Amino acid sequence: MAAIPVLTVESEVQSTRTFRHVLSVIVRDPLSLASTIVILLFILISAFAPLVAPSPEEGAGKTNVSNRMLAPSLEHPFGTDRLGRDMLSRVIIGARSALIVPIGVVLLAILIGAPLGAIAGFKGGWVDETIMRITDLFLAFPSLLLAMAITATLGRGLRNAAIALVVSWWPWYTRLVRGVTISLRERYFIEAAQATGVRDSVIILRHILPNTISPVLVQATVDLGTVILAMGSLGFLGLGTQPPAPDWGLMVAEGRDFILNQWWISVFPGLAIFVVVLAFNLLGDTLRDIFDPRQYR
Amino acid sequence: MLHKLEYILRRLLTSLFVLFGVSIITFFLARVVPNDAAVLYIGPKARAEDLARVRIQLGLDKPLPVQYAFYMRDLLHGDLGISIGTKRPVLQEILDRAPATLELLFTGMFLAVLIGIPLGVLSARWQGKPLDVGVRTVSIIGVSIPAFFLGMVLQIVFFRNLHLLPLAGRVTSDLRFTHPIETITHFYVLDTLLTKNWVALKDVLLLLLLPALTLAAYPIGLIARMTRAAMLEVMEQDYIRTARAYGIRDVIITYVYALKNAISPTLTVIGLTIAFALTGTFFVEVIYTWGGLGEFTVRALLNIDYPAIMGITLLGASAYVVINLVVDILQAWIDPRVSLK
Repeated sequence: MAAIPVLTVESEVQSTRTFRHVLSVIVRDPLSLASTIVILLFILISAFAPLVAPSPEEGAGKTNVSNRMLAPSLEHPFGTDRLGRDMLSRVIIGARSALIVPIGVVLLAILIGAPLGAIAGFKGGWVDETIMRITDLFLAFPSLLLAMAITATLGRGLRNAAIALVVSWWPWYTRLVRGVTISLRERYFIEAAQATGVRDSVIILRHILPNTISPVLVQATVDLGTVILAMGSLGFLGLGTQPPAPDWGLMVAEGRDFILNQWWISVFPGLAIFVVVLAFNLLGDTLRDIFDPRQYR
Repeated sequence: MLHKLEYILRRLLTSLFVLFGVSIITFFLARVVPNDAAVLYIGPKARAEDLARVRIQLGLDKPLPVQYAFYMRDLLHGDLGISIGTKRPVLQEILDRAPATLELLFTGMFLAVLIGIPLGVLSARWQGKPLDVGVRTVSIIGVSIPAFFLGMVLQIVFFRNLHLLPLAGRVTSDLRFTHPIETITHFYVLDTLLTKNWVALKDVLLLLLLPALTLAAYPIGLIARMTRAAMLEVMEQDYIRTARAYGIRDVIITYVYALKNAISPTLTVIGLTIAFALTGTFFVEVIYTWGGLGEFTVRALLNIDYPAIMGITLLGASAYVVINLVVDILQAWIDPRVSLK
């Protein structure tokens, strides 16, 4: 084991260097910087949602019928909905299911997909064949369609929608990490570790997976936009969050019958989805320019 | 020529394998994951004897491989079950509604290619200039905006504010009496053209415009991006430099020499986006009350019309596999390098 720490140090140095490099690129590019700030702001707001929202109870679903369908004003910047609830509060509280849950979905998909990809790429042979053929089956479906079918099977609701999205998205990480692993396997530090008799599980955990982090993070940033869109779509169809709880997609659907007169009921939650997805896509583009995970495919 | 045929044959075989895999996943979703597939299959209000009959018909009491054989037998007979919502065979429902959705899908994709490729080419030609920035802005907005949101915004702008375009629907209902559409292909644009029903054609086209644009937004973004990237890559290659050295005009270099080689990766993206757009029609149809497969699917999802949901899922995935196959074959045909890989 004596030779290995030196080699890991080498790869760690490399990864901190790239991390600093990424930060400096993001700070210098106004669009990426703005996107990062928007994303962090949304995450902060939803973390402290009950404190930030003007009316947390209405945000969570408490009705206030005397205030029905008020147009945007100083008191209600986003107006109020069909049941008199303050839309700004609804949008803020709704960020949890529309933004935070998708982040969790992507993290879970990575936790499932990445180790499988590393095992497939490292072991090769029948292990690789088995894992990749199963992956192919899931990738044969348009992701959103598969997620809809799974949600319908498990039953509506935020938790099942999240599970469905994880099931539809993990294979992308398996495929990506397998590609990276295969290119890593040829490198000296992996060969050295193998030659000194380090166990496969240790090699995968300590030497391969840490080195797949940057391409996985780039992919995750790009995917987050797509997963947030998908979650919004499930919510819009009524398969995700159930009323009276708030969710951006669901709120767009709730305002659908009123768009010609009370447009604000649909437009503000729709804008929220758009802005967040746009921010993730812009940031993802910058990261992709730096790393280009496609080179491993 | 021989390796081209060999390549196509190999792609056909892998596609068959993938289709087989798709059927396994839908089988699991339809029969294995639910606690009692029979209840889902004929709905919660079914009588006990009906449930018992369906259990036997689906082979639910038998081991999984036998159940799968039963499932495949039904599929191969085109039996996707009876829709709980409409009490008609799911396959029939799908076939009846497919033309409306396909008309929307084809128009949307046609617009996307028609707009996306030129945008990508222009963007690459004027790289770094305001035009390029504009195109990139449009394409990133296109891939970031939810279709259901964009649809509503377009309705608000073009119907409510500008009074330019109709709100929703596939054909104005008054026309049913004054200028009825004689259905031949069930594609209204084609039907009105063939029967020279100009009044209805204008109506149908105006109604088609917003839904098709809404559907096209995402593909336009992807196609423009991909074309731009492919063009920039091609423009750096030696043969382009040689052409430049020979003094061939810039316009010809861009639109003939470079575009020809940039089109192959773009084709892949087009194939991929057709599948996205297919799911996209679900949302566009709901917003514009289009009355096709999408509206049927969304209603099925909400009412847990299980046979319908599973039928659509299977069909959507199969379409995806077939589209990918067609794209790969087209690519091998256009670009000889593909089949040599």
